[in-house]
Amino acid sequence: MKLIVNGKEHEVMTPGETPLLWVLRDFLGLTGTKYGCGMAQCGACTVHIDDQAVRSCVLPVGAVAGRSVTTIEGLSSAELHPVQRAWIETDVVQCGYCQPGQIMAAAALLKVKAKPSDADIDAALCGNLCRCGTYQRIRAAVRRASEIAGA
Amino acid sequence: MDAFKDVSRRQFFRASAGGAASLVIGFYLPARSILAMAQETAAPAPAKLPSPNAFLRIGADESVTVLLAHSEMGQGIWTTLPILIAEELECDWSKIRVEHAPAAPAYFHTAFGIQMTGGSTSTWSEFDRYRQAGALAREMLIQAAAAQWKVDPKSCRAEEGFVVCGGKKLSFGKLAAAAQKLTPPSRVELKTSKEWKRIGKPTRRLDSREKVTGRAEFGLDVRFPGLMTAVVARAPVFGGKVKSFRAEKAKATPGVKAVVQVPSGVAVVAEHFWAAKVGRDALEIEWDLGPGSELDTEKMREDFRALSQKPGLKAAAAGDVETAMRGAGTKIEAEYELPYLAHATMEPLNCTVKPGRDGCEIWTGTQFQTGDQAAAASVFGLETEQVKIHTTFLGGGFGRRATPSSHFVVEAAHVAKSAGMPVKVVWTREDDMRGGYYRPMWMHRLNAGLGGDGLPIAWRQTIVGQSILEGTPFAKMMIKEGVDETSVEGAADSPYLKAIPNHWIGLHSPRPGIPVLWWRSVGHSHTGFVVESFVDELAGAAKLDPLEYRRRLLKDHPRHLGVLNLAAEKAGWGNPLPQGTFRGIAVHESFGSFVAQVAEVSVEKNRIRVHRVVCAVDCGICVNPSGVAAQMESGVVFGLTAALYGEVRFKEGRVQQSNFHDYPLLRLHEMPRVETHIVASSEKSGGIGETGVPPIAPAVANAVFAATGKRIRRLPLRLA
Amino acid sequence: MRTSRDSGLRNVLLIALGGAALLANATRFSATPAPVAAVSEQEGLAAFETVRAVLQHPRCQNCHIPGDAPLQFDEGRPHAQNVLRGPDGKGAPGFACGTCHFTANPPASWGPHMPPGAPNWHLPPPQTKMVFIGVSSGELCRTLKDEKANGGKDLAALLEHVSHDKLVLWGWSPGVGRDPVSPPHAEFAAKFKVWVDAGAPCPR
Repeated sequence: MKLIVNGKEHEVMTPGETPLLWVLRDFLGLTGTKYGCGMAQCGACTVHIDDQAVRSCVLPVGAVAGRSVTTIEGLSSAELHPVQRAWIETDVVQCGYCQPGQIMAAAALLKVKAKPSDADIDAALCGNLCRCGTYQRIRAAVRRASEIAGA
Repeated sequence: MDAFKDVSRRQFFRASAGGAASLVIGFYLPARSILAMAQETAAPAPAKLPSPNAFLRIGADESVTVLLAHSEMGQGIWTTLPILIAEELECDWSKIRVEHAPAAPAYFHTAFGIQMTGGSTSTWSEFDRYRQAGALAREMLIQAAAAQWKVDPKSCRAEEGFVVCGGKKLSFGKLAAAAQKLTPPSRVELKTSKEWKRIGKPTRRLDSREKVTGRAEFGLDVRFPGLMTAVVARAPVFGGKVKSFRAEKAKATPGVKAVVQVPSGVAVVAEHFWAAKVGRDALEIEWDLGPGSELDTEKMREDFRALSQKPGLKAAAAGDVETAMRGAGTKIEAEYELPYLAHATMEPLNCTVKPGRDGCEIWTGTQFQTGDQAAAASVFGLETEQVKIHTTFLGGGFGRRATPSSHFVVEAAHVAKSAGMPVKVVWTREDDMRGGYYRPMWMHRLNAGLGGDGLPIAWRQTIVGQSILEGTPFAKMMIKEGVDETSVEGAADSPYLKAIPNHWIGLHSPRPGIPVLWWRSVGHSHTGFVVESFVDELAGAAKLDPLEYRRRLLKDHPRHLGVLNLAAEKAGWGNPLPQGTFRGIAVHESFGSFVAQVAEVSVEKNRIRVHRVVCAVDCGICVNPSGVAAQMESGVVFGLTAALYGEVRFKEGRVQQSNFHDYPLLRLHEMPRVETHIVASSEKSGGIGETGVPPIAPAVANAVFAATGKRIRRLPLRLA
Repeated sequence: MRTSRDSGLRNVLLIALGGAALLANATRFSATPAPVAAVSEQEGLAAFETVRAVLQHPRCQNCHIPGDAPLQFDEGRPHAQNVLRGPDGKGAPGFACGTCHFTANPPASWGPHMPPGAPNWHLPPPQTKMVFIGVSSGELCRTLKDEKANGGKDLAALLEHVSHDKLVLWGWSPGVGRDPVSPPHAEFAAKFKVWVDAGAPCPR
């Protein structure tokens, strides 16, 4: 089956029922996308499909054939994405395990809402768990990312 | 700590790591008594030093590589320890690189004598060792420069990665090779606190970039050619054993390479995780369940309650409680309960083991390198030094990855050994949630008698719950006359008891057979809630303001008072709040630091919402205020999750929770505004990773009482 | 009133109480097409009771909510993760329904508690909420027929919608661990047609 991930085409031999997450991690070596729950409860596996945030752990890869998948590795190229820059500036990360998912969710929000309100941020990112409790800094970093992107 | 003042008492060594043109600084510390204790089970005495082995390497490319003796699990040690080195080294901060150290005696904990991360000890235990490593390197670089310039080293100084003397200047990278050849000085002067440039200044984390780009490697991300993934079927109840199993269907799953039985169950080894999981789910296993299938939370509560009526073993006592109680004007009795809790680290447990002819390599996010190394060695019949441990980033630890039994490493070693190939054992979320090693369930029975001034003259507290340390190598040292110190910490040593002439703290340690473990803040996670809630009850019975009541009881405890007053002041204690919002306060000392929190809470349709938490912390010398604030925010979220949601329950021996839909964690929209205020202090540093947790549950419960008049004595807090 | 036994009872009552009042009620909707063939108003009202029971089944009504937070499970508890209707009924900006709910249920072998899926998984948009929860049979009926509320569907389009729309049909194959809507879809579609053929009469 043909997969387009971070702009590159891949041929993957696996049953269509395999979750996209494990294809990304174990077949393509893109380990930035994390496994946390396997049932769309934690958001650690968030990727973009056609610009929309999607939980890759519950998405059978067969459903993605031919569509454009972006992972944390493909979010930015030479220069960091505004969300990533804001995350560093705001000193958000702790253990860091959930952060690729948080960042992908935040980037998806800013795509559809460049200047999100606090309520927008809360609504968009409450599908992403962080056991270290970096939520306060995530809120601040999303606001900062919006500024960076708008500057 | 005196040992650290004199460098010459330690064996100094240099190793040729990273090529000849580098300066390598390391110490070898002889093991202390705890080591011997912890090693009785497995680890041998520290022998030869492996290489590379150092705290610090300066490369010809100007890089300054700091090796961490502790594991980065979110607490920020990846940044804190380099600050200590850089403070003395005077290097260019942008040239710092950080690595986890290998497992080796050189990196043994300065207080515990094994390589480990826990007990909120990393910063204070390394405060001298890492500064000295930096100072030693600086002195050797200065000597090398002075020799080259033929000047008195005293006329030179280090500055931003250069040695400077008059108009002359040489970079550390250019000096490293020459410095490496010098005999290290036997003494180094450390800066006085007034000279510090980095310690005490907010510093951004050094691991951010790799963590925001997805490049940071966690245990689960380890990949190399030939590595297989295994998922293990474990008994559905604790203590259960495999009676028989059929693996035909599992083996027929595409991608499955092997099915092997190990002591903990049956492992399906496959080319990738999904095949292993599908294969594991296809196993047909008959279990010999054993008595574990009788576990039932409600039954255990009854048993605990019955025990709580009996005095138990003495953990602390003074005066005559019975007599004082008889004479008290007001008497209060209360029963408090806290459930079993899972750590639920975001990264589920995993461990990669590569067996080899002459040794094995392990990649895992561990808090317990020494124990894991020894345990894996015994599985393979190897010498400890033949086991190489690569510590990856930890996707959360909270104690879960510091297992005295090293069970997840031992299991992976068995799987790799039986399968005869490199294997990464991955726990699914459900495996992790149901895999035990919980914070124990606790029940406390309290009685207090108040004197005429409303202050307690008698206090009796009977604590019931499983010992974490029983059966571990730590038991000998930390279980005294049957009392596990971690069961009663925060209660038996409560500062309030000093003001209560008659008190008794008793302990029962039942053995229901559930694997239990330290969970962020350990004993303080229950004693903090119980003591700070009950003191609030006493204040209510005495018709005194909860803040004022604490002030009176803590009048001889300046650091408690300091944070209490600071939090109260910053929160505007006593000032009006928006309609429907109420305050609660709590103060607790743990791991050498003092934290007070004021929570602002509203209750709507029995739903508790926490809007704001004002947190005051006195952790002595604060190395990185940004990190301390982060840990306070983190502790509040961790404690609040337990206060509002956390509960692991048993029915017919089965853990009822399995994933985040039935073991919910706090989410972004529930995050209160947390304001952290750090007390300026020159006291010895205390712990910070755990100390934010204990006060939040009682602060919220006390606020809920203020809001509703209902005293909730059981976690998670439920109003309906 | 949501169990099938209740609906049966209600049918009997409606039939027994039929007659002038119901006729009067039905005539209020003069815009509706004239009854086709020989389907009586009473039959139509009885058929609507089945329609109501289906619409007010948790599989259907959990997303036809009066507020902005969808519900889940049979008991209709608020959807976890602070999920919201959003400006277009497709979830909050950045956290679309489609973040977790795809075009089909996950494979049954993945087990329960997986996010279910069907094409175009969404809620009604906020302008036309199509509330099914906490409304009377009559209100529900009128909402259903109101073209301003139902996305401009006339009765024929409605019938087509409930007969063939994949999101509607999902209610009868909701995935592991969820009870499907009862009665069976074919019976529901047939009753819906009876109701339409009777001129789509609404209970008082």
